[in-house]
Amino acid sequence: MIQALAFYMFAITAVIAGTLVVFARNPVHSVLWLILSFFATAGLFVLMGAEFLAMLLMIIYVGAVAVLFLFVVMMLDVDFAELRGRVAQYLPLGLAIGVILIIQLSIGFAAWSEGPTVGPVAAADNTTNAHELGAVVYTKYVYAFQASGLILLVAMIGAIVLTLRTRDGVKKQDVLAQMYRDPKTAVELKDVRPGQSL
Amino acid sequence: MEIGLTHYLTVASILFVIGIFGIFLNRKNVIIILMSIELMLLAVNINFVAFSTHLNDLGGQVFTMFVLTVAAAEAAIGLAILVCFHRNRGTIAVEDVAMMKG
Repeated sequence: MIQALAFYMFAITAVIAGTLVVFARNPVHSVLWLILSFFATAGLFVLMGAEFLAMLLMIIYVGAVAVLFLFVVMMLDVDFAELRGRVAQYLPLGLAIGVILIIQLSIGFAAWSEGPTVGPVAAADNTTNAHELGAVVYTKYVYAFQASGLILLVAMIGAIVLTLRTRDGVKKQDVLAQMYRDPKTAVELKDVRPGQSL
Repeated sequence: MEIGLTHYLTVASILFVIGIFGIFLNRKNVIIILMSIELMLLAVNINFVAFSTHLNDLGGQVFTMFVLTVAAAEAAIGLAILVCFHRNRGTIAVEDVAMMKG
């Protein structure tokens, strides 16, 4: 009973927040609704017994991706009201495609028959979800795990390369020039004659 | 009332359709499009975890982790491209991206 209540609460929150992501006028509000949607989904993950992934969702999405979105939305000086454009023009096409997709999904779902399940969700002995995942990730899926690390590295380097720019007229510390400075070149003696300036 | 696989799949499919809908509705705004893609990936993740729980197989959760990784990388690269584009053009309208001549 309490599980059903929690499920419906999280599910309705996720769906409403997802809808508002799409319909919000202000992109900042969109990002905030996206965060709420991720929170609700993390709740669903906990209900399904994937606590580690729920925490991961919190840390990665709420902590990093959503903040990145927020940062970019606030940094770009863009007139979002103008970008919003003619929603009414796109609405019929979007609705048509959405309805078609729903029909397709429900047809596929109606044709789906459940095979024999392996068994109930075994909250096996005393191991936690994180333990079980760790035992699998570092053995069976180790190459895929390393590949995902490589993807993150490439993404990091790519993001830095894309956004890095060297601007003129910026005063920077040149360490090498400072180290090669010596009294001979740094100090200059001038013979100033009376009544004259340098 | 027992909450089963069907319930989770329904939520996931609704979220996925909302994501698709968002792409069509906000065709001009790349940021909202990226957020819609995140919503769709979230729906896929719900599917993975639901089946993982249902079949009592951890593979689905592992793949959810990989999907999270790729989604984070995609968001970072996409926003970096967006910032770069905005710096060059002063706008982020999607229609202008088609005319990127050098």
